[in-house]
Amino acid sequence: MQKKSLTQEELSRRWENIRRNWYKFSRNPLSITGLVMICIILFFTIFAPFVSPYPESAGKFINFYEASQPPSLNHLCGTDAFGRDILTRIFFGCRYSLIMGVTVLLLIVPVGVVLGLIAGYHKGSWLEIVIMRTTDIFIAVPPLILALAVCSVLTPSIFNAMLAISIAWWPWYTRLVYGIVSSLKEEFFVKSAEVTGASKIHILFREILLNCISPILTKMSLDMGWIILIGSSLSFVGLGAQPPTPDLGSMVADGSKYLPDQWWISVFPAFAIMLIVLSFNLFGDGIRDTLGVERG
Amino acid sequence: MGKTIKFIAKRLAFSVFVLVGLSILIFVIARVMPGNPARMALGARAPEWVVERLREEMHLNEPLYVQYYYWAKGALHGNFGISLVTRRSVANDIKAFFPASLELALYAGIFMGIIGIVLGTISGWYANTWVDNLVRIISYMGIVTPSFVFAIFFVLIFSYVLEILPTIGRLTPGVVPPPSVTGVITFDALITGRFDVFFDALKHLLLPAISLAMGPLSQEARITRASLVDNVQKDYIASERSCGIPERTIMFKYLLKPSLIPTITIYGLDFASILGNAFLVELIFNWPGLSRYGMNAMLQKDLNAITAVVLVLGLVFIIANIVVDLTVGYLDPRIGLGTERSSE
Amino acid sequence: MTKPLLEIKNLHVWFKVFGGILRVLDGVNFTVMSEEKVGLVGETGCGKTTTMKAIMRLLSMPPAIIPKGEILFKGKDILRMNRAELQQIRKEKISMIFQDPTAALNPVFTIGTQIQDAVRFSGKSGRKMKKDEIKARAMQVLKEVSLPDQERVLHNYPIQLSGGMRQRVCISMALVSASELIIGDEPETSLDVTIKDQILRLLKELVEKHNTSIILISHALGTVKNMTDKVYVMYAGTMVELAKTKDLFAHPLHPYSKGLLAAIPRLTGGGIGEGIDGHIPEYINPPKGCRFHPRCKQVMPMCKDKKPPLFKVSEKHEVACFLFQNFGGDCIDK
Repeated sequence: MQKKSLTQEELSRRWENIRRNWYKFSRNPLSITGLVMICIILFFTIFAPFVSPYPESAGKFINFYEASQPPSLNHLCGTDAFGRDILTRIFFGCRYSLIMGVTVLLLIVPVGVVLGLIAGYHKGSWLEIVIMRTTDIFIAVPPLILALAVCSVLTPSIFNAMLAISIAWWPWYTRLVYGIVSSLKEEFFVKSAEVTGASKIHILFREILLNCISPILTKMSLDMGWIILIGSSLSFVGLGAQPPTPDLGSMVADGSKYLPDQWWISVFPAFAIMLIVLSFNLFGDGIRDTLGVERG
Repeated sequence: MGKTIKFIAKRLAFSVFVLVGLSILIFVIARVMPGNPARMALGARAPEWVVERLREEMHLNEPLYVQYYYWAKGALHGNFGISLVTRRSVANDIKAFFPASLELALYAGIFMGIIGIVLGTISGWYANTWVDNLVRIISYMGIVTPSFVFAIFFVLIFSYVLEILPTIGRLTPGVVPPPSVTGVITFDALITGRFDVFFDALKHLLLPAISLAMGPLSQEARITRASLVDNVQKDYIASERSCGIPERTIMFKYLLKPSLIPTITIYGLDFASILGNAFLVELIFNWPGLSRYGMNAMLQKDLNAITAVVLVLGLVFIIANIVVDLTVGYLDPRIGLGTERSSE
Repeated sequence: MTKPLLEIKNLHVWFKVFGGILRVLDGVNFTVMSEEKVGLVGETGCGKTTTMKAIMRLLSMPPAIIPKGEILFKGKDILRMNRAELQQIRKEKISMIFQDPTAALNPVFTIGTQIQDAVRFSGKSGRKMKKDEIKARAMQVLKEVSLPDQERVLHNYPIQLSGGMRQRVCISMALVSASELIIGDEPETSLDVTIKDQILRLLKELVEKHNTSIILISHALGTVKNMTDKVYVMYAGTMVELAKTKDLFAHPLHPYSKGLLAAIPRLTGGGIGEGIDGHIPEYINPPKGCRFHPRCKQVMPMCKDKKPPLFKVSEKHEVACFLFQNFGGDCIDK
């Protein structure tokens, strides 16, 4: 009986916490802007097939009568050399960008965080040495370079691009968590848990991980923007989604051939990239200010 | 001084370890690729026995560690193999293309450092005024825009619309490059006194360097501003004011130095941005640099070249980080010292 | 009657924050005579530091607003001084010692740089001093605060010194730029128990030696008792009692002062001491009338509406409480 009411108390406390954080978050107009932008983007990407004016443009589609039209009422962002509506392709392209961000995070966060927990908790042992030296090796080159290298040896595809970015990005989570855990390890509450005989797994996950959640969440929201940025760079050079799949980076690349006359083919997808990254950055900054994490 | 030398020595030793690990990593990744590199090099028309011969030569049929052994042996002698694309020794290719990338990265790094810090400082000093808000908006835009978008944008404006800056290569065709001392054209031109070449090269450097620098410069500006705004409320500033130290001295000396520490700390990461994005920018501007060479190598699956390029860039990055860490250690005594304490 | 060195008259300080206006200081009156040692006690958050920072104009003016009040230093209002005059005051006349010496010293500059800059910019003669003169003065002032090995200290960074040493450095910097008044904002609070005493004694010696006045803020009543001639008790942005130190400790009059003194644990008899129920009010919506009335055990109906002025109970003993309004004599009105 007692156990149940304890968890109820905890739940209501957590709920209070969430409500308080929401209140803090919502005070900053920039954070709310970011959130609203993300919602709008989500709306258009999830319902892309239904809300886009010319859903056929997202696939194999050619219509030379309408090719290379500047922005007009019919085609708000104009059409490309194949006659495909650019606005539609932007909506569908955003899908891939978002999916890329989410997938990469889903891959690297569990792996990176667990490795960081293990390394931080077993500080001084060979486990820590192996894990942390491995991260050192992976971050010895700038992430874009590593992602490019991995991408280049695999067949170009969205999935391989995601894999490449994951390989380049995971060490940062390990390092983040390692830093937190190794400093927390000496804290009183951990020692007291150890002394009372709590199992290592319990300590790692209940006590320590709870303290890591804020920095991890902050990093995740900011990383969405970075991952999408890197993803668009990869597809700019042709290493991401392959034609005819619409992808913002490759759309910019394709359009660059037609500059400066048919500027709309490159410019609108470029804006789209900027808007997505901007919204996640605003949102991420808001999360960071709310959860009170240190800068840098 | 002795401490500094020890620090550098330790880091260099560590870098060796990291580079070896990196080489193994890249090697494994490169060799894991499906497909037949020898076949790809020779083309679909080459007869099977030629392909097989090449495979033998490249040790492709042997286990991975043997392949690595041959590669490492060669690498220690400066032989990184032959490029499957240019058919030349990769080491020579690197020697040929590295200076151009170095020059670009250098200028981009300088722009990023100077402009970023200046903007951030102005923004911080005039916090919450229109100047500050303007700079903040600009830096936000800078952060969210990919380098290649900046590159294309600048090409559009400065080359097509305004027609004042060139967009291809390092020198205008017809301009004779100066005798090669360092390989870095602007330095060579200055050293040999060819000022016309110097300005021409500078013109060509401007757009690609700024495209590379825009993103990281915005980061630097942001962090500098944030750190200024944080530090101006600190007790030590109030204490200095209460001692009658004039406002100018406080702004330029006592506030600036501690605020620059976070900025310089992330300089390394921002430099990584420059090195990474160089791949795209060099492509767009047709800049004959190592990154463009590496990009081509990657697109054509030129394994030896890919491995070598990644290692060289890794080394450059490691050295940059050592320099950054030394600078931070010099600026911030809490990191440099910290353990020596006098007793009461 | 000699003119006071520092006179704060009816000072109001408000802070504009997101949710509204924090009316922190609500008509503060405070006087310091020449060569006087004045104590200021009150719990954390009652506005002591705000008042002191206001004196030196160290408050960031947004978000702080000073709608009413004057701070007269030798008759001239500090709040209305121009930059040059203010700078003069900071350079030579008044200086402040902060609570946390680690935070009060710039971590990336050597002690030598900081002290020598304080010397260089202090007073008219400072500008014309040559490098070795500046250094000599710096060494001299370090010696005055009993720091050994001054040459080495000059080359040290704050992080290389212990807490006590850092505070001595701060005191030395205050000595350089304050010939008339030193404000000590809980200078001993963040130090080791063993060092607290030394620092306070040092401060007292120096102040007496240089004939400087001192305002000593503390919430350690014992400190104040030993060091000061006169004490102000502050609560929630108002001065509630002012008395000669001996008188305050012997006969506290204001219910709050009584509570404060009762809360001190006593070694002989008495036991642990009792606290005062409740907590300081929120400044966004401070209580009407006397700000202490919600916690006061002797509250009367009029306390809830009118703010009590300082009633003069005897020579140099004033209380802001309606319990004493019938004492007649002068009452210092707002």
